[in-house]
Amino acid sequence: MVSDRKNLRFKTENFRELGLLLFIILLSVLIQFRNPTFLTFSNIETLLINASILSILAVGMMMVLIVRGIDLSIGSTIAFSGMISAMTVASYPHIHPLISILQGTLVGSGVGFLIGLLVAKFKVLPIIATLGMMNVVRGFTFLVSKGRWISAYQMSIPFKEIATGRILGMNTLVVIAVVIYSAFYYFINHTRTGRQIYAVGSNPDAAEVSGIPKIRIIWMVYILMGALAGLAGVLWVSRFASAQGDTAVGYEMNVIAACVLGGISISGGSGKVSGLILGAVLFGILNNALPLINVSPFWQQGIQGVVILSAVLINVMVKRTNERQALRRRII
Amino acid sequence: MSEYILELRGISKTFPGVKALDDVNFNLKPGEIHSIMGENGAGKSTLIKIMTGVYIADEGQMFFNGESVVIKNTNDSQRLGIAAIYQYVTSYPDLSVTENIFIRHEKVHPITKKIRWKAMHQAASELLRQLGASFDPRTRMGTLSVAQQQIVEIAKALSVNARIIIMDEPTAALSNRESEELYRVTEKLRNDGVAIIFISHRMEDFYRLADRVTVLRDAKYIGTWNKSDIDHDKLVMAMVGREITQMFPKRSVRIGKEILRVENLGREGYFKDISFNLHKGEILALTGLVGAGRTELCESLYGIAPFDEGAIWFDGKQVKFRHPREALDNGLGYLPEDRLGHGLVLDWELFRNVSLPALKEFSFRGFLSLMKEIRKTKEFGERLEVKATSVFDKAATLSGGNQQKIIVAKLLTADLKVIILDEPTKGVDVGAKTAIFDIMGDLAEMGYGIIMISSEMVEVLGLSDRIVVMKEGRVTAVLNTAHTSQEQILRSALGSANGEVNHGK
Amino acid sequence: MAQRELLIERQRSMKRFIMQWEWLLLLIFMMIHVVNSFLSPYYLNFNTFIRTPMTFLDKSFLVLPMTFVIILGNIDISVGSTVALSSVIMATAYNAGVAMPLAMLLCLVVATTCGLINGVLMVKFKELSAVIVTLSTMTIYRGVAYVILEDRAAGNFPNWFSFLGWGSIAGIPFMLIMFVICAVLFGILLHKTTFGRKIFGIGNNKNACIYSGIETNRVLLWVSILTGLMAGFTALFLTSRMGSTRPNVAQGYELEVIAMVVLGGVSTAGGKGKIIGPVLAIFIIGFLSYGLGLVNISAQVLLIIIGMLLIISTMILNIRFKRMKKPRVLQS
Repeated sequence: MVSDRKNLRFKTENFRELGLLLFIILLSVLIQFRNPTFLTFSNIETLLINASILSILAVGMMMVLIVRGIDLSIGSTIAFSGMISAMTVASYPHIHPLISILQGTLVGSGVGFLIGLLVAKFKVLPIIATLGMMNVVRGFTFLVSKGRWISAYQMSIPFKEIATGRILGMNTLVVIAVVIYSAFYYFINHTRTGRQIYAVGSNPDAAEVSGIPKIRIIWMVYILMGALAGLAGVLWVSRFASAQGDTAVGYEMNVIAACVLGGISISGGSGKVSGLILGAVLFGILNNALPLINVSPFWQQGIQGVVILSAVLINVMVKRTNERQALRRRII
Repeated sequence: MSEYILELRGISKTFPGVKALDDVNFNLKPGEIHSIMGENGAGKSTLIKIMTGVYIADEGQMFFNGESVVIKNTNDSQRLGIAAIYQYVTSYPDLSVTENIFIRHEKVHPITKKIRWKAMHQAASELLRQLGASFDPRTRMGTLSVAQQQIVEIAKALSVNARIIIMDEPTAALSNRESEELYRVTEKLRNDGVAIIFISHRMEDFYRLADRVTVLRDAKYIGTWNKSDIDHDKLVMAMVGREITQMFPKRSVRIGKEILRVENLGREGYFKDISFNLHKGEILALTGLVGAGRTELCESLYGIAPFDEGAIWFDGKQVKFRHPREALDNGLGYLPEDRLGHGLVLDWELFRNVSLPALKEFSFRGFLSLMKEIRKTKEFGERLEVKATSVFDKAATLSGGNQQKIIVAKLLTADLKVIILDEPTKGVDVGAKTAIFDIMGDLAEMGYGIIMISSEMVEVLGLSDRIVVMKEGRVTAVLNTAHTSQEQILRSALGSANGEVNHGK
Repeated sequence: MAQRELLIERQRSMKRFIMQWEWLLLLIFMMIHVVNSFLSPYYLNFNTFIRTPMTFLDKSFLVLPMTFVIILGNIDISVGSTVALSSVIMATAYNAGVAMPLAMLLCLVVATTCGLINGVLMVKFKELSAVIVTLSTMTIYRGVAYVILEDRAAGNFPNWFSFLGWGSIAGIPFMLIMFVICAVLFGILLHKTTFGRKIFGIGNNKNACIYSGIETNRVLLWVSILTGLMAGFTALFLTSRMGSTRPNVAQGYELEVIAMVVLGGVSTAGGKGKIIGPVLAIFIIGFLSYGLGLVNISAQVLLIIIGMLLIISTMILNIRFKRMKKPRVLQS
């Protein structure tokens, strides 16, 4: 009886990640048949580089979703922090790239701080608060840049090397993503504060009664999201060697999609870093492979939407099946 | 040093409009199981919320080990070693059992502050083993049964070395076998010297477990007895305060033709093989423990939830309502148990609440007629003697009993033949209770068929014509009220569910 | 027995009458006109007053159903994409030889279908929040628009089509007339009919409505259909004003529309609001942007202002409703 239950639980708990992994492998094989250049080392590296910024953001979004929030403003934050650090580099070319990264991260944290204030303290619905901030931050991006672009020739070489350089033979972006994943994996799974994020998302009322500082946790999550978006902004500008007012418009959708694919529940409380990695990789493959197999770039958005919707619907249906099974097991 | 680990003297607490506790005394010895009993609304929950610091008493003193203490919040009570386990578990369904046990006092490495998962899992296993539970502490809380979750809650209390554990109706949602497990754990705790406050409706719990009992009635302290000093009748008298028959002037109503028949109704996971019938003018009590599937059954009748097997015959036709709208249109109404969540729109005026189920009656071609709404609300409100100033009062401003009357008024606006009342007197003061019983009597006289879900034995015996007893999703007895006793009902509600249905006449 | 009488007269309270959000809106509306007339000496004449709304009225058709959506306690962020998709399909159909009136009908049908799809998804998958459903359909609808038209523009409509967006009847713009008619119809629907009563009820306490026999799914579906239909109208007017269309039209409309509804005093928690508030808010934001145009302030500043208005009015409304709800201890 006990072992039977354990088995069942094993199946349902790991079904998602296992299924996702299988799907990724299947997809890769299929694409490989259509275009043999897909599974080459250089293409895989491109894929990972492209996925790295997305996955850095996904880590932050995962925490936001776990505490039952959503952040639609990250596209704007990316543009804002990217623009500010690019402008700084354009005026002071000798600045160390680490300073730029720090600067971007701080700018992003500032935005996150404001959103956290609105959501955690003033109880504004996350969707409303971040929809508003999305516009405000985007507006400020245009204002500070006065509508101009910062282009490649205005940036110093060390700044551009943030994205193109190599550490230990790996692209810096990939390294940064790996470092961030490891750090947050530790934070979320092995520290008390990290676990409290789940507690707040899983049962906010109970969290409040048992004395978990709910407001501070939610606030912190938005600050972390902002910081990661700020960091991503610097990386983005460095990678594409251009900062514009409309950088990363709508990018929040991609990030949310990666989270949803990775099995993070939109209604809060659950989600794992391992699932998140798979979600981000799958999303990276979709983006990378569609052009390789001659799908018009104009199909991308539609396909992304369909993929998000299917992932969400499949989640619901798996959940329903589980519940039905649980009922069937109940003895009456 | 006092004999008592915890003592409360002269505790009073008033909420706007309600005196919840009036000069209540209570004391607790280490290593005893102390039962607090009383009807719904007697003040039991308020009393324990004062002990745990959720509420602060207006008057009175508290002593811990003989020393005067003030408990201002839940942290204070935790520091004193007071832990509470509630009927509906307040846990984190997405976290593991281990985390639920150690939340807020996780074991961490002294320097790195890294959570020591291994040590925690081990300690959790140890606690669970002590309590005789066999599940893995790595399990997600949400996948456990209610009984298992309660054991986790107890483990949580043990993990902070609680010296006083308050259990608020812990057996309400449990089956017999599960209750037995809980009894065992509770006794073990007592033998280890933990003081336990056990709140329950079930006489069974008291006789099986408790050493002493304190009875509250209508917010007042009635007395404290040793188990050996109080017999069953005296205890019931203490709780109810009067002979049962005084409160329920059972009217003799001519029972009419059959209006509802349920045959072998079943819904997977909730109930099975339910059969009974109802006549015009009859009051049928549906009783059993909380969690026996009574509400689920009635929700399937009313079309809120589906059913998988069996048949319902309503007024001669076979029916299967897919939505409450169809049920109401055919003449079946339902007064939900959760008055605030399911019954009323609290922010709305009375008239808007009353007209909600029958908007068609209050409109012409889709356009609402305010005059009709107001007039009908006035008419029904006055007939049911709702205490309010005007039909424009917000529903939230009314007392529990008057809110209940407004919900009854809602049902009267629809043209009904059968009304299901789910725990109609829950959380309602005594005066309003009598009024609701009167209304039920009136309705029966008018020819309505009435199904009343109730856990209160006195109500069931005093009001109904026949009694359907349910246990764990099945009907265990259909009894004729005139020829039955409290013991017989209890036996059916608690006893074996597998036995033959007892159609006692 | 002494019968207790229930009064049937409403107690008039001067304070409650004065403390209405709508007065504040009216005041702001007046102030904008005063400021505008200082900025431009030509401002204060009947013609400006009657012609200016044509510059911003297209999206106001969406504000009306969005008010319903938010009173229901939902949100719909797919409306901008719905406008784009229906507009693109209309243009493509016309260019493929379909008669213009038929193409216009097609536009309305497509938009209504989009709304219906949202509604069906929300009804069939109750576990999903409106945010996630409309987030995915937003991506899909816009994606389909890109698939159809890629990055081209489509237009060359017959001359009479421009009448919708530019024409006048007796000196009053056709669009304004249509809007006033729609606003009155929506107002009657919301405040005078059983349908409107049900919307308020569901926004306040959905469960109580279900137990009272209200077919909540049907109401939700109808509101979704209405939202789609009005998105179709917006598409017609917008396309007429622009003369051609692209897949990226109406980007960010969802934000402006939601901002107008919230500024209009409709609580994002659902269940409260009047149609007049959002209507006033349309004109406030419209004339505000017109005024900003007079002093040559860029569109980006308007972005910031709309974002701020959204956040600030939500905060004020939150505080206001919290104060109105008296603390109430329920007996358990």
